[in-house]
Amino acid sequence: MSTYEIAAKTSSPTSPRPLRRSLGTRWISVLTLVSLITLWWAVTATGLIEPLFLPPPSAVLQKAWLLVTSGYMDSTLWQHLGASLGRIGLGLGFAVLTAVPVGIAIGHNRIARGVLDPLIEFYRPIPPLAYLPLIVIWCGIGELSKVLLIYLAIFAPIAIATATGVRTVDPTKLRAAQSLGATRAQLIRHVILPSALPDILTGVRIGLGVGWSTLVAAELIAATSGLGFMVQSAAQFLVTDVVVLGILVIALIAFAMEMGLRALQRKLVPWHGQTH
Amino acid sequence: MALLQLERISAQYPGSPAPVLADISLTLGPQQLLVALGPSGSGKTSLLNLIAGFVEPSAGRITLDGVPVKGPGAERGVVFQDDALLPWQDVLANVAFGLELAGVPRAQREVRAREMLALVDLAGFDSRRIWQLSGGQKQRVGLARALAADPRVLLMDEPFGALDAFTREQMQELLLQVWRRTAKPVFLITHDIEEAVFLATDLILLAPNPGQIVERLTLDFGQRYAAGESARAIKSDPRFIETREHVLARVFSQRSAAQRQERA
Repeated sequence: MSTYEIAAKTSSPTSPRPLRRSLGTRWISVLTLVSLITLWWAVTATGLIEPLFLPPPSAVLQKAWLLVTSGYMDSTLWQHLGASLGRIGLGLGFAVLTAVPVGIAIGHNRIARGVLDPLIEFYRPIPPLAYLPLIVIWCGIGELSKVLLIYLAIFAPIAIATATGVRTVDPTKLRAAQSLGATRAQLIRHVILPSALPDILTGVRIGLGVGWSTLVAAELIAATSGLGFMVQSAAQFLVTDVVVLGILVIALIAFAMEMGLRALQRKLVPWHGQTH
Repeated sequence: MALLQLERISAQYPGSPAPVLADISLTLGPQQLLVALGPSGSGKTSLLNLIAGFVEPSAGRITLDGVPVKGPGAERGVVFQDDALLPWQDVLANVAFGLELAGVPRAQREVRAREMLALVDLAGFDSRRIWQLSGGQKQRVGLARALAADPRVLLMDEPFGALDAFTREQMQELLLQVWRRTAKPVFLITHDIEEAVFLATDLILLAPNPGQIVERLTLDFGQRYAAGESARAIKSDPRFIETREHVLARVFSQRSAAQRQERA
């Protein structure tokens, strides 16, 4: 008894070394960013590049303040941001609600796999912007077509990742649950779904990345609000600082979503990557 | 009381001409700890899978208390070789899992799960995560989980095969204590001869190609341990050593026979 306890306690020593090394990596990243911004500032301050092509960081910051307070093209930065985030939120929500059951069906049921797998594999490689015109013909230029486009872009990665997760469930765990009296529905709820959760979250991460770039691209083409629309209309009037600002915000949001999902993954599936 | 009966069981993998098991008959009743011993390929695991209901026999009948076995079920608890615990649940939820599936209210099933954890000497491990446990602790949680669902027979698939020698001996003694206290019939498969001789009240020796019973022994070393004799005293008893050597000789004679067969 006591032998096990000692082993369990000493098995995770918190040595300071990896901590220092990870801080070091973070500092390198920070330094890289700072030197990039310094370079940006230097080439604009010396007049090497004209503000029309690359406005100085200070101008972009000023513009940001202006956009937050008074707005651009009738809406503030928050409204543009809100419009984009609302669309991707809706698309993601519907995609998770439908793609996870579809993925489970594909991974679990031969007939569902036969019906759905070729459909998903057929439309998945098509760039979403290629079928956007068709969606616009069918659903008009309103919110529905944009949400539908993002939904389709996110759906495939989540469904495929879920199906993979379901197919790779440890058969011993399934048998263990069956020998404890689990019904088919209980197997899905208590064994298959939690087993596939790491894969589902990876699918959401990939889907969200695809969805975000699809959304911005769609807003460049057909929209009256949103970050993509803001960048596109500013470009038409050669308001380069708004263009740069919009691109930076788009990048920041994508970065934040990725980091948030990684944190969620660590919190929801702490057993993932543990040897068990 | 529970009575498991296998009548002339044969099993075959789909698409394979040679049977894995041929004409196996055995009975497992109360107060029995039946150990199936055999080299790999002798169909030990197939036999357990048949009883558990994971696969169906190609011929013969398996009944538990007269009712034919159809598919896996909670009345036949299984402990697996590698733990097969659910890492998204803590230790207590794992042990209570069978009761949760049966719809037992939370408070009630947690009381029962704590009892089972105490039975396998893991009291106080309730909220540990599975990956924080050692190999022996995981197997004890697996045993507690199987027992918590109150099965009529307990099936164990090389439960101590992946453990180090020291932990394995402790687990064998723990199993005998649990077996005595719960009075459940146990069917255990192993390839460890000393383990088989020490634990079994009834030992069957399996030979491969196809899997068949070549010898049946009735032993009492496990009962002597359960009655209070020390494990070391039993294992150094000349009778124990004699039995172990006899079984060992049988296994080796089979192996050389099999090799002769292959050469011929």
